[in-house]
Amino acid sequence: MTYLSGTNLDREAGSKGTPPRKRSRNIRAQIGMVLNLDKCIGCHTCSITCKNVWTSREGVEYAWFNNVETKPGIGFPNQWENQQKWNGGWVRKINGKIEPRQGGKLKSLRNIFANPDLPEIDDYYEPFDFDYSHLQTASESKAPPTARPRSLITGERMEKIESGPNWEEILGTEFKSRSRDVNFEQIQKDMYGEFENTFMMYLPRLCEHCLNPTCVAACPSGSIYKREEDGIVLIDQDKCRGWRMCVSACPYKKIYYNWETGKSEKCTFCYPRIEAGEPTVCSETCVGRIRYLGVLLYDADRIEAAASCENEQDLYSQQLDIFLDPNDEDVIAEARAAGIPASWLTAAQESPVYKMAMDWKVAFPLHPEFRTLPMVWYVPPLSPIQAAAEHDQIGMDGDIPDVRSLRIPVRYLANLLTAGKEEPIVLALQRMLAMRSFMRGKTVDNEVNTAVLDRVDLTQLQVEEMYRYMAIANYEDRFVIPTSHREYASSTFDAYGEQGGCGFSFGSGCSTGSSETNLFGGNKKPQRSGGIPIKIPIKVETLK
Amino acid sequence: MNYLNTLLFGYYPYIAMSVFIIGSIARYDRDQYSWRTGSSQFLRAKELRLGSNLFHIGILLLFVGHLFGLLTPPAVYHGLGLSSSAKQILAVVAGGIFGGICAKGIYLLIRRRLTDARIRATSSRMDIFILLLIGVQLALGLLTLPISLYHSDGANMVLLSEWAQRIVTFRSGAADQISNVGTLFKLHLFLGMTLFLVFPFSRLVHVWSVPIGYITRPYQVVRRR
Repeated sequence: MTYLSGTNLDREAGSKGTPPRKRSRNIRAQIGMVLNLDKCIGCHTCSITCKNVWTSREGVEYAWFNNVETKPGIGFPNQWENQQKWNGGWVRKINGKIEPRQGGKLKSLRNIFANPDLPEIDDYYEPFDFDYSHLQTASESKAPPTARPRSLITGERMEKIESGPNWEEILGTEFKSRSRDVNFEQIQKDMYGEFENTFMMYLPRLCEHCLNPTCVAACPSGSIYKREEDGIVLIDQDKCRGWRMCVSACPYKKIYYNWETGKSEKCTFCYPRIEAGEPTVCSETCVGRIRYLGVLLYDADRIEAAASCENEQDLYSQQLDIFLDPNDEDVIAEARAAGIPASWLTAAQESPVYKMAMDWKVAFPLHPEFRTLPMVWYVPPLSPIQAAAEHDQIGMDGDIPDVRSLRIPVRYLANLLTAGKEEPIVLALQRMLAMRSFMRGKTVDNEVNTAVLDRVDLTQLQVEEMYRYMAIANYEDRFVIPTSHREYASSTFDAYGEQGGCGFSFGSGCSTGSSETNLFGGNKKPQRSGGIPIKIPIKVETLK
Repeated sequence: MNYLNTLLFGYYPYIAMSVFIIGSIARYDRDQYSWRTGSSQFLRAKELRLGSNLFHIGILLLFVGHLFGLLTPPAVYHGLGLSSSAKQILAVVAGGIFGGICAKGIYLLIRRRLTDARIRATSSRMDIFILLLIGVQLALGLLTLPISLYHSDGANMVLLSEWAQRIVTFRSGAADQISNVGTLFKLHLFLGMTLFLVFPFSRLVHVWSVPIGYITRPYQVVRRR
């Protein structure tokens, strides 16, 4: 197998000729995320706390590792979902193999002097700040002073702000522009421009930490990598050379080029927090409690086959098939043999992500048709029922209204989450409605109505657990994150082992060799041991 | 005058090459975070796509041409049936075409770097200096073309390549070989060596990182801790 570099390849060699009963697997663990869109209120707290922690620096003012979009809309950056325009993600060739849509290795190298698929900063927005000091220093005048915008790139006055990170907030801009949303595919969209039929939902987005990331595949320097132990995709800032192929390759446009340092940056899944067993900043601060973090076990040997499946609509079920049951005896034994700590397996058994994606099938990957096998999943939102006045919304007899009468078209959600396949979305929405109906009956009317559950193939035990996780959403249920193990983090980078040591040097003792002046241009970045530059989050208040 | 000649063409090449190699290693070891292409395509793609492609293709071909032109011993190309004068004509024609491509590219790049507000504001002094240095160097190289065409016997070229070969093989008397070569050529040589001298301190270091390894690498990269 040449698709994956790295580990456990020797295990695969032994699989040839062995009976199928004992199929060899390459078990890995990943911390996945689920976002319950049914509860997202679009407050942007996730975006702001993420911004404050990670990207309040020069060069990435425009970058939002986490952003919240109002759908339907073209999103941020402009039309990111439209791969006819951006050529992100993978494409399946006639021979059944997949390659990055922007081109394979040779084509990438041919385009290295100028990437034809690279967005420009104007596809995001020109970062700006306001002349706040003018409010205090302006001389007395008839009209009150105003704080006018100024570009954070050139420092020059901006007469008009053309775009921003959330330009379509709550259906901002005209429908004609927003209707370029590709999720309207195969929908008679014109009627949704009418006030009576309009609909909206929020879509918080971050890096998907895919199983089959195109950014990794497209990086000529090999600086982007997936961590074996928790699946987090990171960019080695020292190895990145700024070839910018990752920016265009990522179909979610979640890699940002730092124009100041000339390196690409992305969501780190707050790995320092995850390693300490804490949720990411966006999850921790979510006031709607819509985010879930948990361990998923998967078979890395099946990634390529799943991502290469012929029919786009099968990608969702193919990805489900990669995930392994953490309660299966064989899986547990093999995972232990593969070096996955027992605490991770316990966490996998408690994983809210596994429950929502696998047990209840209410969470779905974002745009599986990009063939990246994303690992940040979404629970589709319920919406008001059309002409709700005519009916009792949910009958006390346990009847569930037809989900096709929900205000948000099922097809729209399917285009977003299952490559257009409606059945899984319909079932998920029905299960959520059944959960509401059942719990209302139980808590309001003191009536246990299991008939409604039979219709959606859930047991009472399951639906009560669903209620606990999705409606109550306790902190301990939402975030089941095992800490990194020391024995796990052994050889290459071990902060404890490096304490007081000085590693490799040119005979200069423990001197870092760094000084205030830098021969090689630019400001010296502050260093900590291990050579990883510290990113000090300082908001640039003064303009150039 | 002879002292200056010896300094510039006898010793300066070694100073430049030493700084080039040691400086590159030191930067790679000490400051990889600053080791990048420094692309500004993201801030303004217009003119860059054509300019950058023309510039890079032109300059890479020029580099290869210079490498083989200067360092191939006369016995080798004579053995292949190429006379000195024919080689000179080949050099002039190839240099003219590649130089033209490169010149169009660097013209676009310089214009954009100096006149586009975004690019100007985000350029370091070294970014502008290195671009202008290459621009002047290219202009000097193109100016030598008519002279070379006028002296088509190739004698001048033989002297220059003898100088280069003596330098890289550490033989004495390199500078003496070219003491009578025209000033234009000497300026071109001097700026050429200066390019190597400033190389480790500029964005040019990305040349070392040509990602050929990408072709044989698996698509997915997984790191174990």
